[in-house]
Amino acid sequence: MKKIFLLLFIVILSSCEESYVAVPADDEVLDGTVDGLSTEELARFLKGDVAFNEVFTRETGLGSTFVSTSCISCHAGDGKGHPFTTLTRFGQADENGNTFLHLGGPQLQNRALPGFLPEQIPFGATFAKFTPPANTGLGFLQFLTDNDILAMADANDANGDGISGVPNWISMPSFIDPVGAISLNGKYIGRFGKKAAAFNLLHQTVNAYNQDIGITSMFNPIDAYTNEEIDPEIATSTINDVVFYLKTLKAPIQRNQNDAVVNQGKNLFNQVNCVGCHKSDLTTGYSPISALSFKTFSPYTDLLLHDMGPGLNDGYTEGSAKTAEWKTPALWGLGLSENAQGGNLFLMHDGRAQSIEQAISMHGGEATNSKMAFDNLSQDEKNALIKFLKSL
Amino acid sequence: MRLTFTYFIIVLTFFFNVNANAQIDPTLLKRVPKDTVKTLNMDALYNRPALNIGKTPISIGGYLETNWQHLTTDGISEGHQFQARRLSIFMSSAISKRVKFLSEIEFEDGGKEVAIEFASVDVEFHPLVNFRAGIIVNPIGAFNQNHDGPKWEFTDRPISATQMLPGTFSNAGAGLFGKKYSGNWMVGYEAYFSGSFDNSIIENTENKTFLPAAKDNPERFEEINSGEPLFTGKLALRNIKIGEIGISYMGGIYNKFQDDGIILDEKRRVSVFAIDFNTTIPKIKTFITSEFAWINVNVPSTYTQQFGNKQHGGFIDIVQPILNKTILDWEKATLNVACRLEYVDWNVGKFNETGGNMGEDIWSIMPAVSFRPTSQTVIRLNYRFQKQHDILNNPASITDGFSLGLSTYF
Repeated sequence: MKKIFLLLFIVILSSCEESYVAVPADDEVLDGTVDGLSTEELARFLKGDVAFNEVFTRETGLGSTFVSTSCISCHAGDGKGHPFTTLTRFGQADENGNTFLHLGGPQLQNRALPGFLPEQIPFGATFAKFTPPANTGLGFLQFLTDNDILAMADANDANGDGISGVPNWISMPSFIDPVGAISLNGKYIGRFGKKAAAFNLLHQTVNAYNQDIGITSMFNPIDAYTNEEIDPEIATSTINDVVFYLKTLKAPIQRNQNDAVVNQGKNLFNQVNCVGCHKSDLTTGYSPISALSFKTFSPYTDLLLHDMGPGLNDGYTEGSAKTAEWKTPALWGLGLSENAQGGNLFLMHDGRAQSIEQAISMHGGEATNSKMAFDNLSQDEKNALIKFLKSL
Repeated sequence: MRLTFTYFIIVLTFFFNVNANAQIDPTLLKRVPKDTVKTLNMDALYNRPALNIGKTPISIGGYLETNWQHLTTDGISEGHQFQARRLSIFMSSAISKRVKFLSEIEFEDGGKEVAIEFASVDVEFHPLVNFRAGIIVNPIGAFNQNHDGPKWEFTDRPISATQMLPGTFSNAGAGLFGKKYSGNWMVGYEAYFSGSFDNSIIENTENKTFLPAAKDNPERFEEINSGEPLFTGKLALRNIKIGEIGISYMGGIYNKFQDDGIILDEKRRVSVFAIDFNTTIPKIKTFITSEFAWINVNVPSTYTQQFGNKQHGGFIDIVQPILNKTILDWEKATLNVACRLEYVDWNVGKFNETGGNMGEDIWSIMPAVSFRPTSQTVIRLNYRFQKQHDILNNPASITDGFSLGLSTYF
């Protein structure tokens, strides 16, 4: 009996390590750090990760009206958002500014704590819906220089390709010191958000805490519900940690890079001039985070605004963008979007496209030529291009 | 790691072969006999081993649960963990022939949490009419009352009984209970009014409707958040040859709908229905116990669907004794193989925005081997494989790993 008992235990216990589920491959998940962080930076990344996952309650400042209860609710697995947490922005119909700020603009807080009523879109306000973007690789985009962004702009379509990207020139909030940034008439180049209306990740993060969760901070002490200044509900250091976390999330890693069909698709991507807006092979400038300094990366965006035609004109805008203009979304991580959107795809700025093919078909305006060129591809060629996009 | 385990087993085997007499002389302690051999789940609080010391009028007892575990989630592990899950101390007294007192004080996680889990006085007017008052364990399902670690073959308590239903949920309250025997049949009931839930069940850091959040409110022992008591009732029927089935309900207003005479909100109700069953298959002695529960919570439609208004879940344990004899010099020792299947959906329903199913669910399978040198002590080895979806139904997070635990009455 003793021998049987002993044997049973040894067999079961000795199989422990082999029984565990393996860690997913780096290219199968969006979460993870950029390569080359110091141990101190890794520790700070972890602090930011914890804060990013914090769930807010009434006691810790949630609301009283809000969209979401935590950062992670909108960016599951650091990926794209889901219609459940889609944001609604309203009140700005042209580049002259939001005329509904006194009525709760620019963002609708469509949910409320028990005992409170959620916000409604004011009569007469135009609006657009924004699907939360993926978080990965944002540090690389932040440390792309203004000069490099301007070098990709072609406001008057000088090269005649039908594409005329322009930056979104935005007003700078008082809590940001734009030292070294290029200015035009007192405005600065925005690079984050669907309309590129946020200057950097601090700007984006402070706005998200305030407008999405209803959390005031030293940077923005105005309560979104009462429109009154109140005490900060989150520590400045916590916001800075979250910003650091966002900066140092790794860029998505392309899969199947040596696959012949994927490479054929990449060539077709260039051939039909998707790459005219969805730029690859960009290089960061100097960053105090050495892992992000002077690094070449492939986000497949130019961070510029493009007129996407009347089909995507929702009548709402931000900064100096026109209502039909949208910032080129980064395509990296596109192949992993389903893993953050509940097994489905919700593409374009508001999730209206349920597939990559559908998203391409919705391109208009400056992208019309590329869309038509895609339409003229054979089915095998289209499949190859889609396979390339899914490898990103 | 395998080498470590091998050394562990070798050392364990060495001790199995060595006789030692270093323990306290058991003749100093007098074991209190159990009340009855005919029991229902509702008797679990009384049907515990206890000791009298000398001629003191008080019986004392308790149990200890401790374990090692090594789990990974999506392949990432926090490493090896030794856990002092809980130390519970019972104290009971027969104040007179038909007036009894029973209490249980629990120290969890090495004393991080200390709670009076149960402290009541029972006054018997008739076997069918007993009055109970004090801190009562709300009799929803079976596990809530029959939760002692040494009774189970698994180191972890069922997910549905602790993370959906509030495990060992107790409140200040009062009510009636009774039992009736007739041949092979037993029927029992319990009905209590008690302290209740509060807003935390839909406002918490779990980011989901979470009834156990109410346990964190110590004020529930002196103030009912809504001002309206929680009703808990259970009806249990047992046939000695077939098994026991229990049907229970717990419900009441959970939110603070008025304060200082001012109406703040409408009355919002939480309702819980549970069914439990246990049986032992004759001849092969397979023991099966299960519990399933359904929860409905009135969540404001203007709040977030993150906090769902419907939940359900349950578990089934199957325990098969494979040896019951003298093992390693322990008389009537038992070696069991067991398996627990469990499932919880914390958010039953569809997204308003897409019509797609909301996730926030979990299922787990947990095979086990347990060794009982006596009926009151169990050494158990469990392997857990668990899949959990977030609310969006993204690819499941997988947790797996081993735990080895010891639990014993004392």
